[in-house]
Amino acid sequence: MASRRWNNGLVQWLDDRFPIVSATHHQMYEYPMPRNLNYWWNFGSLAGIVLVILIFSGVFLAMQYQPSVNYAFDSIERIMRDVNYGWLMRYMHQTGSSLFFAIVYIHIFRGIYYGSYKSPRELTWATGVIIFLTMMATAFMGYALVWGQMSFWAATAITNLFTAIPLVGENVTTWLWGGYSIDNPTLNRFFALHFLFPFIIFAIVVMHLIALHTTRSNNPLGVDLKSRQDWIPFHPYYTVKDAVGVGVFATVFAILVFFMPDALSEPENYIPADPLVTPEHLVPEWYFLPYYAILRAVPDMGFMSAKLAGVIAMFGAPMIWLLLPWVDRSPVRSATFRPIHRFFFWVLVVNCIVLGWCGANVPEGIYLIISRIATAYYFLHFLLVIPVVSLIEKPRAVPTSIAKPIFEKPTPEFSAAVAAGQRP
Amino acid sequence: MRALTRKPITTFLVLIAFIAALPAVIANAASTDGEEIEPPDLPDWSFSGPFGRYDQAALRRGLQVYVEGCWDCHSLRHVAYRSLSALGIGYGPEDIKAFAADFDVVDGPDETGEMYERPARPSDRFAAPYPNKEAARAENKGMYPPDLSLITKARKDGANYLYSMLIGYTDPPAGVEPVPGMYYNKYVPGHFTGMNAPLLDNLVEYDDGTEATVEQMSQDVTEFLSWAADPHMNERKSLGLRVVIFLVLLTIMFIALKKEVWSHLYTPPEGHPESGDASGKPAREAK
Repeated sequence: MASRRWNNGLVQWLDDRFPIVSATHHQMYEYPMPRNLNYWWNFGSLAGIVLVILIFSGVFLAMQYQPSVNYAFDSIERIMRDVNYGWLMRYMHQTGSSLFFAIVYIHIFRGIYYGSYKSPRELTWATGVIIFLTMMATAFMGYALVWGQMSFWAATAITNLFTAIPLVGENVTTWLWGGYSIDNPTLNRFFALHFLFPFIIFAIVVMHLIALHTTRSNNPLGVDLKSRQDWIPFHPYYTVKDAVGVGVFATVFAILVFFMPDALSEPENYIPADPLVTPEHLVPEWYFLPYYAILRAVPDMGFMSAKLAGVIAMFGAPMIWLLLPWVDRSPVRSATFRPIHRFFFWVLVVNCIVLGWCGANVPEGIYLIISRIATAYYFLHFLLVIPVVSLIEKPRAVPTSIAKPIFEKPTPEFSAAVAAGQRP
Repeated sequence: MRALTRKPITTFLVLIAFIAALPAVIANAASTDGEEIEPPDLPDWSFSGPFGRYDQAALRRGLQVYVEGCWDCHSLRHVAYRSLSALGIGYGPEDIKAFAADFDVVDGPDETGEMYERPARPSDRFAAPYPNKEAARAENKGMYPPDLSLITKARKDGANYLYSMLIGYTDPPAGVEPVPGMYYNKYVPGHFTGMNAPLLDNLVEYDDGTEATVEQMSQDVTEFLSWAADPHMNERKSLGLRVVIFLVLLTIMFIALKKEVWSHLYTPPEGHPESGDASGKPAREAK
């Protein structure tokens, strides 16, 4: 039931039956957005836009792609050479998936820095982690579709990990492959699932947004909205601010797509898959490097083979984020007011980049030692550092409201507005 | 330092700079092993950089080098004869037809069920030198000469890799034991390769009178194979330039619009003389 009356009869007729106008009006003008969001808050909407770009370019690619071990690689070359603007769709899809991960990583670390996972936003956080896990699966299967050397051997290496599952490992792997090795049935199901998963991601994104709009956005101060002075409507303030982010992102995206489309991927994947020739170095795309380092860093645990332990650690690495709302006991959300927590946040960021760097190198000598230390720290960060710091740290004073610091330390524009008799 | 770490963006940028420098430092410290090979003088590729485009004369010469020097062993299976028109090397439809007709391709089966050879048509892809991989191996001491359609994309820094390899054939230096059936190349990793030097001075005779040195032919064929791997590069960069200029202007407009909109963040209270008319329109002139 739409409560609002509209001047136009047709709009009213529509809104009485399908309240799209009221709902949009509510989200645009009545839904409160904290007035102090900084540009780190742009990455959520950017991720949504990139998802749409990937779905659109992907649908066009799917119209021309052949999921067959004999034709997959060649059909992509045909898209690149003979299909009108096929090269554009393909490069947008390839570069877009890389940037999707970059944006989502920034979005996740923003959430960690500002404590966006804390009560009452635990389920916004959890749905976000599930989106990320689904993204990983989607990206992995999409990469296999290229059917280049890296595609084939990455798919082989990752699906082989399932043989580490005790007792049923071999059976599970055969079931995943649809045969006794990676072959046509595997490629076919990867194609089907790679087409399906983005829509599942889209559905979880809707859940993510419902949860977000129930608890409302966190903000850099991490304090709740208390009065009318604390919030502003989404439109025009955040529509226009998001537009700035979209403009900057689109420019970076275009530079990559048009001028350095292969800069983020491995040259080896332009060699067609050959089950008889193993590439010298097996390297995943950059966004999987930290997990790859973790997989290879874990030693034989005695009670558990190195392989099984590595697999558990690798899949556990993103899943451990689900614990964050409960291991962090501090009532203060924003790291701005938590000096020790903030220090360790940056240690985590560096640690993840170091892991990525180890993942790109052969796990021998110094690289193996570094990746073992970094892997240990990664898990200790969530299981030990965060809980302990949250209990012993004395946070700095947190402002009582979002508007208060603005009143206390007014900007010149603000003072001018007040002097002119305007109330913020 | 306090002020530095207060804003996440500053900390982030400092960290990025620090971490970006780290691998270089470590690689520098680790690069003392291995023998020293003086890197070759690399050509200035006409196609490098955002404004770089393929050089038509070089493409034309490179096509000749490929056909006369490489085609005996290396296929170019993703490239169709018709796409040579896109080369911009002055080949009209009739020239391409004549060019393609010099190659034989297998077609069929005909009405008696037999496969047959016929002259290639513009719509065909480059005819392969061997009927299949096994035949290629049998003719080449068990090694398979790779297809060259994507060779510059399939190697790191592909154009320079290919050029260095082509000019890198020398006699093994003193103290290096020759490997029977393999050929020494100073720039190839491992130094021994199954391919003999494919280019010798004056292997081809250029129509435009350019002297066919190994360096010249290597540069030309690299240019041609770069085109073969990335035939839409000219179009892509031209379109890209327009797209990026448009997006930069659009972003500047968005930034201006954002500043304008956010400068009206402080709305006067209801009933205030400057609060605008009854429809709720803010009095923008009030500022």
